[in-house]
Amino acid sequence: MSPETIVHADPRAAANVPPPLLAVDGLSLEFRTRSGVVRALEDVSLSLQKGELLGVVGESGSGKSVFAYAMLGISDAAAKITRGTAVFDGMDLLGATERELREIRGREVSMIFQSPRTSLNPIRKVGHQIEDVLRRHAAVRGQDLRERAIDCLKRVRIPDPARRYEAYPFELSGGMCQRILIALALACQPSLLIADEPTTGLDVTTQAAIMDLIVELAHERQMATLLITHDLAMAAQYCDRIAVMHAGHVVEVGPAQVVLHQPQHPYTARLIASTPHTADSIAAMQPIPGSLPDLRAAKLPPCRYSARCEYRTERCDTEALPVVPIDATHSVRCWRAAA
Amino acid sequence: MKLILKRLLLALPNLVGVIVVTFVLTRALPGDPAAYFAGAAATPEAVAQVRTQLGLDRPMFEQFLSYVSDLAKGDWGVSLATGQSVISELKGRLPASLELTLFGLVLAVSVAVPLGVLAATRPNSAWDHGVRALTTAGVSLPTFFTGLLLVYVFYYKLGWAPSPSGRIDAFVSSPPTVTGFYIIDSLIAGDFTALWASIKQLILPAGTLALFVLAPLARMTRASMLGVLSSDFIRTARASGLTPMTVLYTYALRNALLPVLTTLGMVFSFLLGSNVLVEKVFAWPGIGSFAIESLVASDYAPVQGFVLSMALLYVLLNLLIDLAYTWLDPRIALEG
Ligand SMILES: Nc1ncnc2c1ncn2[C@@H]1O[C@H](COP(=O)(O)OP(=O)(O)OP(=O)(O)O)[C@@H](O)[C@H]1O
Ligand SMILES: [Mg+2]
Repeated sequence: MSPETIVHADPRAAANVPPPLLAVDGLSLEFRTRSGVVRALEDVSLSLQKGELLGVVGESGSGKSVFAYAMLGISDAAAKITRGTAVFDGMDLLGATERELREIRGREVSMIFQSPRTSLNPIRKVGHQIEDVLRRHAAVRGQDLRERAIDCLKRVRIPDPARRYEAYPFELSGGMCQRILIALALACQPSLLIADEPTTGLDVTTQAAIMDLIVELAHERQMATLLITHDLAMAAQYCDRIAVMHAGHVVEVGPAQVVLHQPQHPYTARLIASTPHTADSIAAMQPIPGSLPDLRAAKLPPCRYSARCEYRTERCDTEALPVVPIDATHSVRCWRAAA
Repeated sequence: MKLILKRLLLALPNLVGVIVVTFVLTRALPGDPAAYFAGAAATPEAVAQVRTQLGLDRPMFEQFLSYVSDLAKGDWGVSLATGQSVISELKGRLPASLELTLFGLVLAVSVAVPLGVLAATRPNSAWDHGVRALTTAGVSLPTFFTGLLLVYVFYYKLGWAPSPSGRIDAFVSSPPTVTGFYIIDSLIAGDFTALWASIKQLILPAGTLALFVLAPLARMTRASMLGVLSSDFIRTARASGLTPMTVLYTYALRNALLPVLTTLGMVFSFLLGSNVLVEKVFAWPGIGSFAIESLVASDYAPVQGFVLSMALLYVLLNLLIDLAYTWLDPRIALEG
């Protein structure tokens, strides 16, 4: 039923595409809170090949971070996964024990976060924080540990790494802290990096430098990367493929340039029109009408975008949402595309 | 070093305040020391003579000036009741009080911090509620009552604890004085009988003090730990696969202890206050019980000396806390 299963059901694709590094199928997740059940993810399917860069794009509140945390098994205690599977490199992420997940976190799958300054322990030298990860996952001890940590700093292009090793986060700029976090995440050479809005809160030039660094390192190491952002233009610039999320649904997946230039879902089109890089002029920029539906509502329509959509028809609110393949790599969940 | 000096200078106005206030308060108290020391049968002439001798007939301000200039010379006055200098009286009793207070403080911290962590890592669990109940009971009972209750249960009813009569069993000789702390002195002397005997005497009074300050410490640890555990860097640590032990101790607890340390300074002043009553209940030969006796006798100099030494202790402990803070938190050092 999901876009990805359809893609791989295609015999040609199955023949020359190796099994994905990460395959998420039909994932649904809800938060059971005092004010009701928040259905934050519904039937989310995504896959990622080795070394591939996938951009996950959507407005604030669309469930991007919730998805990322679910992959690492670090969701809030109130989160319950109600359906679906997630397989990483042959390992069932959703069925794994906490102990098994701890083994792959930071070693096979790493994550970097927004607000780099607060994401580092404020009272521990950054060098020691990197050493903590190395000590945990790599068989490095004693003096070698320090050298390896400095080496990690060097590889994220931090000038004078031996001096930075001794620094505390409050002594560093935001961009430098993000480099430290990248060094920390990549210390054990993971095969998957999840970057959750890694440039939010940084100034524009630093943003570009950080993105260039992430992409460069990803290529250098053949590391698959899930780049989470609300900036579709930036995702298109750096990623191979893009998945667009809206209110806990993946509404469109496809090659970056195709999604950017021939969006099939009305929400994707709106998203593109609302980003400053892609709109022809500031005047042409249009905000997306309406807002995300309340995910606590007892009865959400099958298409969670319908209330905001200019092409809404009756079946949008009554029939289950179809997955419409446009071609082997591009699919969209919308009745309009099915017509 | 600069930091220490700066802190000491900052404490100076407080000390001056303490000196003025205790001076005024002791004079304002009812009771006439001259009458007291001249004796009940003394004639008015004899009382007046004693008053002149003590300098109590001079104007208040003049008395204050001579008190301050004596202080500056290191002369804290003489206890009328014992005839000894206040300094030597306090010196002889201070170790007893300090040993009791510090033992109580260590006991409180070593129980409160783990309890707070336990409650914070299992919010709304039975542990959490249990800790809350225990700490509420601890503050809502006055210390002398807790003390009497502990004596009643553990000495009178169960017979587990020795009689509440001082620092060491009457049949065990106290260790040769080096520091004045019986625990340390008996360790130095290698005298384990004395060590055990003095620990046994300490447990109930120190426990009474500890129960009193358990609540603020455990609550602070819990609140601060909860805050830290939901912060971004803990998420990073967990996303890096660090073990729960590392996340809890190296990352969370060290950060959470910073506000606990501040509470510790406050709690210490509670302890100094309640010490006075606890010493009375347990016949502890410390400066607290000495101060009460002097107060009853309108013996000014020891009371002033007692309050002043409490203030000095308080300043000293807060200095130590500040130093611990700079050691724990690198962000402070820059400003120091
Ligand atoms: N612990 C939680 N309890 C209840 N609801 C939650 C919780 N965490 C997230 N949600 C809800 O899940 C939805 C998705 O949130 P999420 O943080 O994934 O959005 P996002 O796409 O990452 O947005 P942003 O761009 O702001 O980071 C939101 O509606 C949010 O309110
Ligand atoms: Mg987010």
